[in-house]
Amino acid sequence: MCTRSADRPASHQRIWLLATIVLLVVAAQTGIHAQGYPTRFEFGTPATEQDISAVAIAIPADGAGLPAGSGDYMKGKAVYETQCAACHGTDLMGVAGLPNMPAGTQLRLIGGRGTLASKNPVMTVESYWPHATTLFDYIRRAMPFAAPGSLSADETYAVSAYILTEAQIIDKSMVLDAKTLPLIEMPNRNGFVPDPRPEIFK
Amino acid sequence: MSTKDSDRDDARAAAIEEALGGIGQRISEAEAASEVCECKQGMFALAATRRQLFGGAGLVAAVGMTGVLPRTGAAKAPPGAVEYPVPADSTKEQGRMMGEDGGYGSRSQFESDVRWANPTRTASFAPLQNGYGVITPSGLHYERHHGGIPTIDPARHRLVLHGLVDRPMKYSLADLKRFPTVSRTYFMECSGTTGSEIMKAREPTVQRTHGLVSTSEWTGVPLSTLLRQTGLKPGAAWVLAEGADAAVMTRSVPIDKCLSDALVVFAQNGEAIRPEQGYPMRLFLPGWEGNISIKWLRRLEVSDKPNYTREETSKYTDLVTKTGKARMFTFTMEAKSVITFPSGDMKLPGAGFYEITGLAWSGRGKIARVEVSTDSGKNWSLAALQDPVLPICQTRFRFPWIWDGTPAVIQSRATDETGYSQPTHQQLIEERGPLESGSLFYHMNAIQSWAIARDGSVKNVHPLG
Repeated sequence: MCTRSADRPASHQRIWLLATIVLLVVAAQTGIHAQGYPTRFEFGTPATEQDISAVAIAIPADGAGLPAGSGDYMKGKAVYETQCAACHGTDLMGVAGLPNMPAGTQLRLIGGRGTLASKNPVMTVESYWPHATTLFDYIRRAMPFAAPGSLSADETYAVSAYILTEAQIIDKSMVLDAKTLPLIEMPNRNGFVPDPRPEIFK
Repeated sequence: MSTKDSDRDDARAAAIEEALGGIGQRISEAEAASEVCECKQGMFALAATRRQLFGGAGLVAAVGMTGVLPRTGAAKAPPGAVEYPVPADSTKEQGRMMGEDGGYGSRSQFESDVRWANPTRTASFAPLQNGYGVITPSGLHYERHHGGIPTIDPARHRLVLHGLVDRPMKYSLADLKRFPTVSRTYFMECSGTTGSEIMKAREPTVQRTHGLVSTSEWTGVPLSTLLRQTGLKPGAAWVLAEGADAAVMTRSVPIDKCLSDALVVFAQNGEAIRPEQGYPMRLFLPGWEGNISIKWLRRLEVSDKPNYTREETSKYTDLVTKTGKARMFTFTMEAKSVITFPSGDMKLPGAGFYEITGLAWSGRGKIARVEVSTDSGKNWSLAALQDPVLPICQTRFRFPWIWDGTPAVIQSRATDETGYSQPTHQQLIEERGPLESGSLFYHMNAIQSWAIARDGSVKNVHPLG
């Protein structure tokens, strides 16, 4: 229909139609750009205190948020023997050759002081861990292996006391709780440095 | 490669046997102790005797002997494949109907590459030796778990953001997907990859020396977008990320990273992330050691200081035995490369042309160049890089080589856009001190050497002998 060269009005109509479409498209695009992406979105739900306390179990190095409760060596020994000894060993030296478990050396909890500056370092709670609070945090969240997260606060304090006593870091008579645990000075407390990389090689 | 073809039955039997065998078996302490890394405990040399034992007809024998998993109807098919009868002439009968696969395809029954899981079943390694391009198939992406793979119903999963924020929030997977998303192709590497190789050549194949690295296209929401919803209070400096696995894995992340390129991802290679990669959602911190990209992400707590969790003190710290001090918060994966063909345990059929190929990557940006040496490092030449070269992504390199049939040692050396070049073993040991329990040697990125013998066999060798 546009081959009729004499039909000028129709041709003009087409030009105007095109121009209008172009304008509309530009206007629409401008509109989109002006709207842009919001920085705040209406979806998601405010997290309540209950939502947070249900999952916020982490204990930082300074011990903030440690739960009420307490435990000592003797209670901890009973917990250890029933919950931990099968993998970590009655002597806390790690059990070798367990199926689908880390090597015995990895399960070892005590000993190894003075070995870090050697090519055969023994890295344990005693020789390597910088914070006693980390021991509590980790046991509470991930141990015992067969039933993670099942120990009570009392049991966790107690078994921490047992391990730290066997590691000769605290005295057998010490009762661990939210106040005393963060005060423990771990042997390798100052054994860590910031990452210096990228390394410059000679 | 004809070498692979000739070994196919053998390799297939071995692969299935490796994949299935040993689950629940006791391993010797020697085996476990040879590999005391948190990342890949308990590696031992691919048992040649087992291979010979099960070679050829070993497929059935292997499956029959393990008897651990139910393998009834699919007994003959490799993992991820379905076994079909092979017609004498595929042009003389109709093939399968569409939809017979239930709508989700599987790979060919003749392909058998699988991840190799260490005896302690805490990590599995991607088969780099038979990979192409740079994308790792999702089912072959390396794995490292600290408490197994949880099964999480996305309808019940929530991500909670709280701490030093103005508005604590929780998001479902559906909420997360409504945010503007980005897709990025990034590598991910375990900090323990290749650590076992620092003092001597221990592992036979590139899968086992370098297989804790993979590349995927990841899709998710910038963490900065989520933190803009909650707002940040003064003093916000670190974010504790926590997973919903049995280890309730936690790591502290500096706020700068959270506000730059950190993502909360829910998709991998165009579909939902796999359960072993953190379904329904995981943190992804580009260029940083894999374990800090917390999987099964359930909580982000903004704080003024790091938590010093077990996984950033007792583990994943880099002991410098020269001083007895350990480096902490060693996040970045430095430039690294490895030749994947030819590589350990392969056999070249004879002198002649080979295209050497491999992968290079850097947590600090793009790969600037890869050099290849075929004479034990005396001479180096530039390899061709496959476009596009993306930042914090594996880059495929290729190098034409005519092997004259005499013994040779081939190596690759990557340099990234910051000018950093891969060091030698000697340089790393001088910098950090020797470590006999080598797999504790995190961030091991030394130049890898493969020796080709006169008979064409390829072996992992250590430059210090």
